[in-house]
Amino acid sequence: MSRGSLLLRMELRSNPEMLCVVRNALGQLAATLGFSETECNAVVLAVDEALTNIIRHAYLGDVERPIEASFRRIHVPWEGQGRDALEIVLEDQGVTVNAKNLCGRALEDVRPGGLGLHFIRESMNTVEFSRRKGRNQLRLVKILHVPQKGS
Amino acid sequence: MQIAARHLDKITIFDISGDIDLATSPILRKALLREFRELKVPRVVLNLGAVRYMDSSGVASLVEGLKASRDVGSRFILFGLNRTIREVLQLSKLVKIFEIYENEEQSVAP
Repeated sequence: MSRGSLLLRMELRSNPEMLCVVRNALGQLAATLGFSETECNAVVLAVDEALTNIIRHAYLGDVERPIEASFRRIHVPWEGQGRDALEIVLEDQGVTVNAKNLCGRALEDVRPGGLGLHFIRESMNTVEFSRRKGRNQLRLVKILHVPQKGS
Repeated sequence: MQIAARHLDKITIFDISGDIDLATSPILRKALLREFRELKVPRVVLNLGAVRYMDSSGVASLVEGLKASRDVGSRFILFGLNRTIREVLQLSKLVKIFEIYENEEQSVAP
C-alpha cells in the first residue's frame, strides 16, 4: 500500500458544535474525489460517529480536548486489483477506548444508543483501532469505485 | 437544528430543520419526552422534510420518543424523510418500527 497523498488535515477541539464543520468539509472532499452521493453520506456518517465516540468515550464529554484528523488519497489492493481509496485517520489523547466495549448492540434490540459503531462498520471498508504513544488512533478506509486511470 | 411546534386539535406537529447530531439531539429528545410524558399528547408528528442530516444520537432520540409514546398509549409519526434520513434509518435496521408517512395529510388523518 502506498503512503498516499495528503488531501486535508484538521485540528479541532472536542466540541460537538464542531461536528457540522467537519461534516461539511468532508462531504465536499468526498464528492470532489468522485464518491457517489450515497457513498459521500456514508463517509460523512462514519466520521461523524467516530468523532462522537471520541468526544463521549475518550474525552468523557470534555469540549476542549484536541482531535486530529487527516485525509489521504491512497492506493490499496482490493479484490485482486489496485484501487484508489480515501483513508481517514482520527487521533485523540483521551482515555484508552477498548474496541470491545464499543461493540454496540444487537440491532433487533430496540433501544436508544449503541448504533454508532455499527454505522461506522457498515459505512467503511476498513475500520482499525490502535493505541500508540498515549494516543488513540482510528483508521478508516473507503474504496473509490470509479474507473481507474489507464484501465 | 430548529424545532417549531404546531397544534392541530389533539395533535402536536414538530417541524424540524437543520442537522440532528450529538450537539442538537438532546433538544429533540427533551421536546418529545415532554409531549408524551408530561402533556400526554395522543399523537405527535415529526416533520423531517427540512432535516439535512441525522446521526445515531438522533436515531436514539427517535427511539426514546417511540418508547415514551408506547408507554402512554400515544402515536408517534414521522413524515417527509429525505434520502439521507431514510438511509440512516435503514442502516439502523429500525425503519420498520416507526410509523412513517409520505406527507402531513396522511400523518394527521383520523
